[in-house]
Amino acid sequence: MALPLAPARPAPSSATTAIHLGRRRRARRRATALVTLGVILVALMAAMLLLGKTIYPVSDVFRVILGETVPGASFTVGSLRIPRMITGVLAGVAFGVAGTTFQTMLRNPLASPDVIGITSGASAAAVVSLVVLHASITTTMFAALLVGIATAALIYLAARGGESTGGRLILIGIGIGAMLDAVVSFVIQRAADWDVAVAMRWLTGSLNGSKWEGLGPLALAAVILIPLILLLSRDLRALELGDASATALGVRVDRTRLLLIVAAVALACFATATTGPIAFVAFLAGPIASRLVGPGTSLTIPAALMGAVLVLAADLIGQFAFDTTFPVGVITGVLGAPYLLYLLIRTNRIGGSS
Amino acid sequence: MTVHSTLQATELVSGYGASPIVKGVDLTIPRGRISVIIGANACGKSTLLKTLARLISPQSGSVVLDGQSIGSIPTKQLARTLGLLPQSPIAPEGIAVADLVGRGRHPHQKLFRTWSAEDDAAVAEALEVTGIADLADRAVDELSGGQRQRVWIAMALAQETGVLLLDEPTTFLDVAHQIEVLDLLTDLNRSKGTTIVMVLHDMNMAARYADHIFAMCAGELIASGAPAEVMTSELISDVFGLDAAVIPDPVSGAPMVLPRGRHHVLAAPAATPAA
Repeated sequence: MALPLAPARPAPSSATTAIHLGRRRRARRRATALVTLGVILVALMAAMLLLGKTIYPVSDVFRVILGETVPGASFTVGSLRIPRMITGVLAGVAFGVAGTTFQTMLRNPLASPDVIGITSGASAAAVVSLVVLHASITTTMFAALLVGIATAALIYLAARGGESTGGRLILIGIGIGAMLDAVVSFVIQRAADWDVAVAMRWLTGSLNGSKWEGLGPLALAAVILIPLILLLSRDLRALELGDASATALGVRVDRTRLLLIVAAVALACFATATTGPIAFVAFLAGPIASRLVGPGTSLTIPAALMGAVLVLAADLIGQFAFDTTFPVGVITGVLGAPYLLYLLIRTNRIGGSS
Repeated sequence: MTVHSTLQATELVSGYGASPIVKGVDLTIPRGRISVIIGANACGKSTLLKTLARLISPQSGSVVLDGQSIGSIPTKQLARTLGLLPQSPIAPEGIAVADLVGRGRHPHQKLFRTWSAEDDAAVAEALEVTGIADLADRAVDELSGGQRQRVWIAMALAQETGVLLLDEPTTFLDVAHQIEVLDLLTDLNRSKGTTIVMVLHDMNMAARYADHIFAMCAGELIASGAPAEVMTSELISDVFGLDAAVIPDPVSGAPMVLPRGRHHVLAAPAATPAA
């Protein structure tokens, strides 16, 4: 009775069902990826506590975690390995969230705080504060935060106006980052009492010497800022469609962007002031997480998990895979550099980024 | 479901920086109709649309929706009444059609409420109306320009606004896809009564698809009315500085603009001065 060639138009309800199923399928992929990342992270956390020069029985490690005193293990696990592991997790989470927030907001995988010089600013401030001025850890944190925000503002102002703000912002950021890295090198060269551990921390990032005492500011920042970014993550996804679309969808673009920038910069700066600028974690976490969870969903939580996985895995590799130990940033640097090159070449080929 | 709203501008001045681009425009968008803003390049038509869509705040004057200045309406509430398809929206890499269209549900979602069956139904309807339900699971970046424009229109539809503003929705499309998009917008207007306001470059498309034309020149509104009344040789000459004949379009009956250039004109008027 109907025209034989007319396409069968599904009833509204069946289309709704199909769309619902498609969305469910994508949600399941995301959930699977998140659970997998979570399991890997827990395994890495356990490995951080179990592995070392002395391998304590699992039961001893558990007793230390529960607060009991176990000769030997209490110091090695309780005062060295646990703080190192927690520092690694917090720094990884902070770098991952900060990186993916910037990348999503600026719609460019190159726009992560460690590529565009923001962590270099924090690093330079921290190294001057600690090595030259011998300031306290709290002062150092705030110096890192202020200089990091100032660096972000400087890059933003220098790149503002005209076409292709994103592309220019990245190039200017890389330039400013190089200058600030030179400041770090200079201070370390000149420091009277410089030692390799300190130098490596501020040049590439390291978990060596992580202590409970140094953890407070970063933990506090993570507890306050990550929920804030999560609250804004739906607005962030609207921002991803461009300022005009986001406004049309009811997002207060300027206010949301400012909050997100300050929160992400603060996270990256606190992490940098704690562990040094662990190379490329902020840059890599989001894109890898995106491959795993699939496109179109919020990357805040996946990138947080991926950041922590990257830091712990790289630290374990650095500690145990070679005859000599390497700080975590050397390993992540080796992973990140080729990806950076790949993106730069691709950006160049498609003629800049918007 | 659709809220019928009235959008007005009074003594609107807006633009970027010191010199305004829109210089004192008063207009009332006809409710439930298709309005098209026409004008030469840089006449302020796009700036006017952006100001109506609150992408630019007025330097003076106001944009009023149902008696309330749009600057004073909470942004999310406004986004449930007033939708916008910008000229070059950006699709996140690899996003599926249904997910992108689903982002149109943003103003309907509460802070902690997750996706609802209502949202699914709205997305499904938007995909059906735009004829892309079979593309729901495809990645947006794999689609053709015409299909992609349908996806963006579907996203604006999923927002379920009574007023929809579109900034040159046909610009990057070939003529078949232009007609397709304009037909789709007409369907939407006729079936749901959605008030549509768009900027179009092509005068003939504007004359054919508009119920109401707003003609702009140098930041001012110089004519407003039904295409048959407004689209005359005089207006084309005023707006574009172009000598043109206007005849009834044999297909639609709407006015059709036939420009007279320096070449390929059959009987050149005797008075034409030599260049």
